[in-house]
Amino acid sequence: MATTVTSTKTAEKRETRSGGGSKFPGPNGKGPKGNGNGGGRRDPRRGLSPQAYRVTMWVVIAAIVMMFAALSSAYIILSFDGERRRVTMPPMFFLSTGIITLSSFTIETAKRSLQRENESSYRGWTIATLVLGLFFLAAQVLGWRELAAQGVYFASHPHSTFFYFFTGVHGVHLLGGIAGLSYLAIRGRRKGKVGKVMPEETSAGLMSLYWHTMDALWIWLFLLLLILK
Amino acid sequence: MSSETHEAVHRHEAPTSFIRKYIFSLDHKVIGIQYIILALTAVVVGVTMSVLMRLNLSWPGTSWSILGTLFPTGAPGGIMNPDFYLSLVTMHGTIMVFFVLTTAPQGGFGNYFLPIQIGAEDMAFPFLNMMSFWVTFVGFIVILAAIFVEGNTTIATSALGVWLGGGSGSTVGPIGGWTGYAPLSAVGVVGGPGQGAGMNLWIVSIAIFCIGSLLGALNFITTLLNMRTRGMTLMRMPLTCWAWFTTAVLALLSFPVLLGGGILLLLDRTVGTSFFIPGGLVFGSSVLNTHTGGSPILWQHLFWFFGHPEVYIAILPGMGATSHILSTFARKPVFGYRAMVFAIFAIGLLGFFVWGHHMFISGMSPYSAMTFSILTLSIGVPSAVKTFNWLGTLWGSRIRFTTPMLFAIGFVSLFVAGGITGLVLGQTSLDLPMHDTYFVPAHFHLVMGVASIFGMFAAIYFWFPKMFGRFMSERLGKFHFWLTFVGVYCIFVPMHTMGMVGMPRRYSQFTEYRFLDSIHPLVIFVSIAAIITALVQLVFYFNLIWSVFKGKKAGDNPWEATTLEWNTSSPPPHDNFAGVLPVVYRGPYEFAVPGAPNDYVMQTEPDASTEGVGGNGHNGHKH
Repeated sequence: MATTVTSTKTAEKRETRSGGGSKFPGPNGKGPKGNGNGGGRRDPRRGLSPQAYRVTMWVVIAAIVMMFAALSSAYIILSFDGERRRVTMPPMFFLSTGIITLSSFTIETAKRSLQRENESSYRGWTIATLVLGLFFLAAQVLGWRELAAQGVYFASHPHSTFFYFFTGVHGVHLLGGIAGLSYLAIRGRRKGKVGKVMPEETSAGLMSLYWHTMDALWIWLFLLLLILK
Repeated sequence: MSSETHEAVHRHEAPTSFIRKYIFSLDHKVIGIQYIILALTAVVVGVTMSVLMRLNLSWPGTSWSILGTLFPTGAPGGIMNPDFYLSLVTMHGTIMVFFVLTTAPQGGFGNYFLPIQIGAEDMAFPFLNMMSFWVTFVGFIVILAAIFVEGNTTIATSALGVWLGGGSGSTVGPIGGWTGYAPLSAVGVVGGPGQGAGMNLWIVSIAIFCIGSLLGALNFITTLLNMRTRGMTLMRMPLTCWAWFTTAVLALLSFPVLLGGGILLLLDRTVGTSFFIPGGLVFGSSVLNTHTGGSPILWQHLFWFFGHPEVYIAILPGMGATSHILSTFARKPVFGYRAMVFAIFAIGLLGFFVWGHHMFISGMSPYSAMTFSILTLSIGVPSAVKTFNWLGTLWGSRIRFTTPMLFAIGFVSLFVAGGITGLVLGQTSLDLPMHDTYFVPAHFHLVMGVASIFGMFAAIYFWFPKMFGRFMSERLGKFHFWLTFVGVYCIFVPMHTMGMVGMPRRYSQFTEYRFLDSIHPLVIFVSIAAIITALVQLVFYFNLIWSVFKGKKAGDNPWEATTLEWNTSSPPPHDNFAGVLPVVYRGPYEFAVPGAPNDYVMQTEPDASTEGVGGNGHNGHKH
């Protein structure tokens, strides 16, 4: 029976020893930063690097994309199976597609302004994106009214349902993006608060990643509704 | 580096108020225990339901006066009616799969031990972690509410019950099986008993559960990828961490699909859309004219695209724990560590492409069926890799037969016994006659039900000393193991025979089926075995509660194991490592290292102490 149970105390000693200098090789021979993930300079409570937040955002996006994949495949399956009635694509949806595509450019510009440390330009483009996002949502709602004017309602038949359903579910996800943008825009006005949880570049990067995803998702849904009838 | 040490000794204190410490706690260890308690509660409900089902199957028509008192409409005069039975089937399946097999192995043990095993102080997002538990808890409350809103006439006809969709009162909950197949689940009260408010709440509960699981999965993935301590490379992680990680990825990619499908189903039921309801369905003498153009098979696709990964969500953590525990008590490194990692990933990956094998009788094209069949059978390859590696780990070792070890070996046995019949059901031509017979419940109960429960038992006996600083009673544990082990085989092996004779699943009684008369003694045997096995679990509950207070004291590393959780005190402090994160120098299963002073080398042991080992420390397990 072994008796040398390594306690936290010996771990502490070792830690102090390895903290001697940067020449001391890391435990896996990859230098003092170890594997480049853990350890390092890390506030124990907010233990995440910008890279970690990016991973998190990608994980969130993976979940969202999977849900839209499921809904899209429902649409595709029903387009082969179901009894279809034609729904004319409301012109407003063309407009909203244009708006959200444009907003992808504005948020990208915002992100790049921040990288060039042009804060006022960053704030301006962020607000522009926010406004475009709101315009997009307004256009979607107007699109619903155009559908209703065609006599096509939510539960009329499977094809019409998807027009409302896709826009609705996408809109809810976009609302999350609008909430994030509003937060960035408001926070940007109060200088002292900027980047307390994470650097401003990180939050701007995450925001643009989410926004581009929303843009791509809408274009996908729009094309699906437009082409596969 | 010096700043690291400086920062590392900064400790954040544990919360002191009762509510922040034990109820709305951000501590992953408390949340893990909360998940385990949730599962321990849910499993009592689920097992009670299965015992009620067994009673009805073996002694149909008997009057159980207590049932008549509890459910005056579902069991008038104490005699269970068929609707009651079918809702038991539904709720047993739902509660067991979601609130037991998905919560405890991943949310419970994963939450508690993943951060410690990778040397982190907590999960990446403690608040999300807390939300994930409480959202899941709300889901559990909603599924319990489904029982009463659907099954109690007073509630079902009250304003609330009507607002929720009404109910029949003759059941104890919704009817639809845990799969909730459309169109029955989609049409609403016109579909008959068990299709009212309870079904709505069932869907809502599952949707809530999806959200809770997604929050959990997000946390697991982020934590594992970003919070590993110095030296903890991916290939130095314990196999438990690999299993939890793969499980989290499966949950992340499959629960959104169920969530999407659930929303569609709820829309069909509440606002009159027709995703899953084709036109012209006939109920009794009336034709359903309000819906048109939907596809019932679509629900099956959406459900099983989630449902198949879900069974791996249940079993993979058990595989991880088994690998971990087998190695510890065989005092040998896991045989083929890398192969084990790749096998877990292969199982997880293939799990996404085989959902069609649940739908062979849905009328799918024989070519699709063949594709699904081949992919399904190919899962046998990584499964066999794992099985042979477990046997390889045990081979020639001096096994310490502790209770956790017995349960881990039991896991291997059950996984093989249940997996073998998967090869039968995975082939279209054999599945067609077997489908919807008892052969299928026999198969999946062994391989994903009882096997993952055994994984949990192994885990709780193994980690209990770490969680509470005391051992569970070995004597009671071994009693619990042997009776449960023999018991579950007595329950589920005869079910294969019943299936081959042609006994259909989900029938409340077989009194009108003369060809099944000859196997009725077998049905009674299974019921007796089930009742005894269920009662034996009381010993486990007693052992669990008794040991928290009175168990034999355990040290920091009572099993002489190697991974990081055995490096800290039992139970671990609030921040896991008392402010100093451990540094990892080697792989997780360094047992019986030649030249080392003990027969185990902890992951935190620097190379100097095992000089002359010949590089074994760095390269892990290349045997």
